[in-house]
Amino acid sequence: MAVLNEEQEMLRDMAREWATNESPVTEFRKMRDSHPDERYLADAWSAMAGMGWAGIIVPEAYGGSDFGWMSVGLVVEELGKTLAASPLIATTLAASAIVLGGSDEQKAKWLPALASGEKVGTLAIDEGAHHAPGKIATTVSGGKLSGTKAFVHEAHGADLFVVAAADGLYVVEKGDGVALSRRELTDQRSHAQVTFDGAAAERLADGGDSLLDDVLDRARILTSCEMLGMAQQVFDVSLDYLKQRVQFNQVLATFQALQHRMADLFADLATMRSAVEAGLEALDSGFGVARAAAIAKATANDVLHRMSREGIQLHGGIGMTDEYDVGFYLKRARVLEASWGSSSQMRDRFASLSGY
Amino acid sequence: MATLAEPQDATTDDAFREEVRAFIAANFADELKGNNNALASVEGPTNETPAQKAWREAVGERGWGTPTWPREYGGGGLTRKQAKILNEELAKANAWNPIGGMGVMMFGPTLLEYGSEEQKHEHIPPICRGEIRWCQGYSEPNAGSDLANLQTFAEDKGDHYVVNGQKTWTSGGQWADKCFCLVRTDRSDKHNGISFLLIDMTSPGVEVRPIRMISGLSPFCETFFTDVKVPKKNLVGAEGQGWTIGKRLLQHERTNISGGGSMARMMGPTVSDIARKYGELDADGKLADPVLRDRIADYEIRWNTFLLTARRAAEESKASGGVSEISSVLKKLGTKLGQERAELTIEIMGLQGLGWEGEGFTEAELAGVRGWLFGKAFTIYGGSTEIQNNIIAKRVLGMLDHQ
Ligand SMILES: Cc1cc2nc3c(=O)[nH]c(=O)nc-3n(C[C@H](O)[C@H](O)[C@H](O)COP(=O)(O)OP(=O)(O)OC[C@H]3O[C@@H](n4cnc5c(N)ncnc54)[C@H](O)[C@@H]3O)c2cc1C
Repeated sequence: MAVLNEEQEMLRDMAREWATNESPVTEFRKMRDSHPDERYLADAWSAMAGMGWAGIIVPEAYGGSDFGWMSVGLVVEELGKTLAASPLIATTLAASAIVLGGSDEQKAKWLPALASGEKVGTLAIDEGAHHAPGKIATTVSGGKLSGTKAFVHEAHGADLFVVAAADGLYVVEKGDGVALSRRELTDQRSHAQVTFDGAAAERLADGGDSLLDDVLDRARILTSCEMLGMAQQVFDVSLDYLKQRVQFNQVLATFQALQHRMADLFADLATMRSAVEAGLEALDSGFGVARAAAIAKATANDVLHRMSREGIQLHGGIGMTDEYDVGFYLKRARVLEASWGSSSQMRDRFASLSGY
Repeated sequence: MATLAEPQDATTDDAFREEVRAFIAANFADELKGNNNALASVEGPTNETPAQKAWREAVGERGWGTPTWPREYGGGGLTRKQAKILNEELAKANAWNPIGGMGVMMFGPTLLEYGSEEQKHEHIPPICRGEIRWCQGYSEPNAGSDLANLQTFAEDKGDHYVVNGQKTWTSGGQWADKCFCLVRTDRSDKHNGISFLLIDMTSPGVEVRPIRMISGLSPFCETFFTDVKVPKKNLVGAEGQGWTIGKRLLQHERTNISGGGSMARMMGPTVSDIARKYGELDADGKLADPVLRDRIADYEIRWNTFLLTARRAAEESKASGGVSEISSVLKKLGTKLGQERAELTIEIMGLQGLGWEGEGFTEAELAGVRGWLFGKAFTIYGGSTEIQNNIIAKRVLGMLDHQ
């Protein structure tokens, strides 16, 4: 566990307490069964916003708390544990794009509303079923943006889209020229194909050539935080189960075959935590972000993949039931694995960044 | 296996092939081609069309859905060679065997080995004709991997038993006509106190409650027995012999689960087919992503070695007479490969491969997602992978219990 300062510890404890008490998995279930249009519970989101979580990486001058990435990462991890459905990651990432690339005027225009949670933001980057930031066909002419984005996270609640076009990132507000078509994925969260047809767009011109990559690295690292929370939870729940389930007149936890499996998973989890925290530290220090992001996402993908499969297997038959939570983690895991870079893409990026 | 048919037909192979072709031409409607419902065995009966019904009846009448079972009980009475010819011709015609389910895969072969003449004559013919659905009443809330711990009790009442208890994870319980069940007839002996009993699901006192799964399907149930009256003629083998019979049935189940058949059907086309469809090809028609290509090839090579092993095992067990402990090896390997195939497929398809419902996905894509989730059960049911490892270590390798 990273060494946290007092503020961070307080924030983490608060997030943990809130997630455990106010947003346990039963709340996710409630959302799934009532399926509100935006695929999160509005009350939960306003509670999160009320605690200032949407503005953690936003400078104070624009209504945020400027607590940094480690802080928001801790919150996201806690929320990942209980599958708390919210546009926190999406909004944070949209805000980060504006922080990195917006003019003073643009920052003043959008950041306060994002930081307060009054407006929801999201990234609209990929145009196919696979992450492929090198292939952007969306174009802008005369301030009007046109193109189709596949599988945009949290699109239904979003007021603001940070959109990748061939010549950079743009901000597009919900409204004329923006059309959503729902894509119901296995994680039961909000995903949509978003078609922009001559939508009014403002370029984020101050972020330099690497703006898209910089934002994507943030997406990779923050997504890895959610995945870490999920993996930790699957591990904890499975361990508890093994300690109470009796077969052959013994609790399952006494079987060496299972002990060794848990030991392996525990070691995996340790590497995942280090990789994710290193990503957050890199963001806060500003050094080595790209490599750290590739390491974090590749590791998070692989460990959560294994953990989510083992979670079902170790539960046996009840793991296959909708009544048990462990299946939800499996379903969300694959969606996050496929978002912002698969393991092989991340390994490829790592190799390139390392010069081979 | 001793009870399986010896050659009874003097027809030469070529003549037999002609006979099969003529039969398919006469009975398999064009509209059925490629229209097998892949998830039927999981989702239960779909509305059978007249053409499907006619095909099932024609095959059932001949006994060709259970081609090597004895003719006298309604099987096909074919030799292995002829059964192979039959399969080849079905495949060539894009046709399929409409007779399936637990009756064919597990219960039938077990009853042929352990049942009385009377029981075989009563139960085997309807299975061969695909008229009846069987479910498996083995697992209970506290008897999963430790199956012998089951507590459902059958009390001897002279000419019948009265059964009380609860089974769980009964696949297809809500659609089944009958249940082959392991019940306790003696509380003082864990293994020898178990008997193999056939229970009519329509008997008073039988109640099923479907359980929803992570795949969104509800094909398995909790089954409750409250004072259910079961005639003594439904006891298979001797009282107390249930564990032996039950384990033999599990060997058949394992062989079937791992055979690749059911998994392959649920998974649809091969991984490389999917990759060609969803991935990018280079100018030579190769998959453009060399890493993916390598992984798919690695997977398909392992899948092939598995199929070769399954075939070799089938030949060897035929020679030595019957299913064997190798079924544990096949179950362990085959189920893992089945899951890997689904995971790899999802990865190849990206987010397009994770649709749950609604717009933007084809039927096949949505079925693939459900199949991927359902497939997580392959390594759990029929004895989990961990239990197969224990069986291999103890019974095949002679390693001892660590306690
Ligand atoms: C989709 C599905 C369909 C099914 N259909 C049927 C059916 O039709 N009829 C029926 O009777 N049953 C059915 N089952 C039940 C199935 O056979 C059991 O789920 C299975 O035997 C595992 O038992 P359990 O669920 O109680 O898991 P548990 O026994 O509680 O096992 C939990 C975990 O611990 C592991 N474990 C247990 N003991 C050991 C050990 N000694 N050493 C190492 N690891 C161990 C297991 O492998 C598993 O990973 C079905 C199950 C599923 C998931």
